[in-house]
Amino acid sequence: MTATILVADDSATMRMIVQATLTGAGWKVLAAGNGKDALTLAMEQAEPVDLVVSDWNMPVMGGLDLIRGLRQVERYEEVPVLVLTTEDDVESKTAARDLGVCGWLQKPVDPDLLIEMASELVGQPGEPSH
Amino acid sequence: MSGLDLSQFYETFFDEADELLAQMEQLLLELDAGQPDIEQLNAIFRAAHSIKGGAATFGCFTLLAETTHLLENLLDAIRRGEMALRTDMIDIFLETKDVLKSQLDAYRASEEPDAAAYERICEVLRQLALEQNGGQAAVAAAAPVAPSPAPVQAPAATAPAPAAAAAPMDANLPLRVRISRVSAKDAQSLLEEMGNLGQVLASDQLGGGLTVWLESTCSADDIEAVCCFIVDSDQISIGREAVPGEAHAVDDFAQAAAEFVAQAQAAPMSAPVAEAPVAAAAPAHEPAALAAAQSATTAEGGAPRAQRAAGGAPAADKESTSIRVGVEKVDQIINLVGELVITQAMLAQTASTLDPVLHDRLLNGMEQLERNARDLQEAVMSVRMMPMDYVFSRFPRLVRDLAGKMGKQIELQTYGRATELDKSLIERIIDPLTHLVRNSLDHGIETPEKRVAAGKDPVGQLVLSAQHSGGNIVIEVSDDGGGLNRERILKKAMQQGIAVSENSSDDEVWQLIFAPGFSTAEQITDISGRGVGMDVVRRNIQNMGGHVQLSSVPGNGTTTRIVLPLTLAILDGMSVRVGAETFILPLNHVTESLQPTNDQIYSVAGNERVMHVRGEYLPLVEMHRVFSVSGAQDDPTQAIAVIMQAEDKRFALLVDHLVGQHQVVVKNLESNYRKVPGVSAATILGDGSVALIIDVFAMARANREKWTPAEAVLN
Repeated sequence: MTATILVADDSATMRMIVQATLTGAGWKVLAAGNGKDALTLAMEQAEPVDLVVSDWNMPVMGGLDLIRGLRQVERYEEVPVLVLTTEDDVESKTAARDLGVCGWLQKPVDPDLLIEMASELVGQPGEPSH
Repeated sequence: MSGLDLSQFYETFFDEADELLAQMEQLLLELDAGQPDIEQLNAIFRAAHSIKGGAATFGCFTLLAETTHLLENLLDAIRRGEMALRTDMIDIFLETKDVLKSQLDAYRASEEPDAAAYERICEVLRQLALEQNGGQAAVAAAAPVAPSPAPVQAPAATAPAPAAAAAPMDANLPLRVRISRVSAKDAQSLLEEMGNLGQVLASDQLGGGLTVWLESTCSADDIEAVCCFIVDSDQISIGREAVPGEAHAVDDFAQAAAEFVAQAQAAPMSAPVAEAPVAAAAPAHEPAALAAAQSATTAEGGAPRAQRAAGGAPAADKESTSIRVGVEKVDQIINLVGELVITQAMLAQTASTLDPVLHDRLLNGMEQLERNARDLQEAVMSVRMMPMDYVFSRFPRLVRDLAGKMGKQIELQTYGRATELDKSLIERIIDPLTHLVRNSLDHGIETPEKRVAAGKDPVGQLVLSAQHSGGNIVIEVSDDGGGLNRERILKKAMQQGIAVSENSSDDEVWQLIFAPGFSTAEQITDISGRGVGMDVVRRNIQNMGGHVQLSSVPGNGTTTRIVLPLTLAILDGMSVRVGAETFILPLNHVTESLQPTNDQIYSVAGNERVMHVRGEYLPLVEMHRVFSVSGAQDDPTQAIAVIMQAEDKRFALLVDHLVGQHQVVVKNLESNYRKVPGVSAATILGDGSVALIIDVFAMARANREKWTPAEAVLN
């Protein structure tokens, strides 16, 4: 089964680009405009999402709280998370690391790198996800 | 390559950036320089941040990306409390917003933005940044307490402040970061990352590993955090060690490792989520431990992170679930729904001839169809509706700028921002409304000195309001300025050769303002007073199917009221019959209808006739003459006079019969046929025939400026 990736970014432009990149690569993509919506979306899925790609600084709920929220739910305790952001400060990275974030990608996003990292985490599109 | 064509996202980016800029401007205007609200600062920062992110992603909006980048840095420093906000900075930021807007517009039009404007604003922003760096250095030298550490909220008993306990002993020695099994490419990235954290004193890459000596205020934990996105954490070891070749070399690795472990343990991996829907499902965590975990990270960084972690405040909650759809798509739906309503009306007309007993179920179904069609129509129309906020939100800036320019003190209040109006109208109302606001600022509200002399508050009030009233929206611009000057208007009118009498009522005098080329301004400013205003305002509003009213009290101010229909796509009409033709009269202009008697009709000069209704003589406009309809009722006493109100003018319109009232879907006649004098649009009736919708304002003039029959001929 194709892996499902949840994308959270408050910028509609970025959201569409990331979504198009990942969908284009063959994955199923869900998108949300902030952490809270992303969390709700994650909870609503019958099958848990396989990867979360989140921005860090978002209104209502940022990436940090989104990941914290996910980690409190059993089926998302271990879900791989990629942070895709322009932030570059040590505190944020420390906090992300502590929450088991797998990668910190700097915007502007390089679509190929994003696909490569996602493939490492959830396998090539079409491959059975874990 | 992923082969993703980014240009398909340009439009989304432009729209989004436009919205973000508007939002940024609004937030900047609301910002209190003395006590900026951190949530507002965050929201402003985020707007700049998103624009920069988008611009940088596309890679071809360089100037935009660069300008936002400079702005973002400043905003970041401010929200982090590293830089104090001043009023002049808000002005600069507003100016930057304008430059960004013009850059955006240029990119949208596939042009290069103005390089000079870019250079200039960047210089200003860089200067501001320099100022800040200089200032900060001075502060740091004078008082080392400037950025006070974030408050630790957890009780000391449950959180034995790990950061403090783990203070490294040999803090004077540089950090030594050793990373094993690392590729040359990763080593390069690691070196770069470390360069960001502090000063790299030395490094060597031997035996597939990397060792870096680093002078930095960051803790070992921070360094590991940064590196662990490039290599696994078990590849990293961090200690303190002098750079090889330097005299004292004390290996404090064990010490540093202990510190490292202590910190890692002190920070559990979970923390409360503000309003997360999972809170109930999750097992209850020890609150004290969580607070400790948060405060540990906070104290570690030393920056006011708590505010950021606190997350969503209502001010920042601007994100909503919405989709962006082209107007033409919505218009197409509206058009189709209009067709559906017409088809439904046609079916209803056919069905009405059927026997209700035999066709009971069909007729029930018809009723339901009618209800559904009406609901659908309303729902679709609401898609086109936009809040007045779209218009009102541009005025705080305008008022602020103009008031500053004119040395006036003005407070702007807006009411009814949520009042909705059709999109096509809302866009066309901007110019007239801007003109009225400028007029109020320029001619209405006096200078503070004059106001004080008149015993008024030096701060003038300008109120913009919008509200629904029946099928109309009423928009008011009102000021508490000097009011209109009756004498000056009369004098000016006489100078311009407009026929006036000293005894005219106030209302008549105010109407003079709407005469083309009329201006009473004592001195022409660049803001208003060129006399090309109010007549244009009135014409614009009339073209939108509305009208303007003025009221003014000397010394107390002026109120201009614009009355507009809610939408142009659907009209409440009264259908009337003239000969074999059906016409639609806009219902909101119909005041009454009656059958004239002989003693009510008077002939005046030539063919002109007037009708006497309750003490008032109204011009009688005979529809069949205006439109050259044959076979119509010629005798007024056998016909029906519909009394119409067109703004301040009333007249009687002579028709054969009244048919009924209904909502009609307005179809543009010009785009489907050509402009016909006296007709504003057309509609399709239930039986499929076309009916013309009467232009009431043109009718009001009909008995004065006679059209040649050829012009008004129907086909």
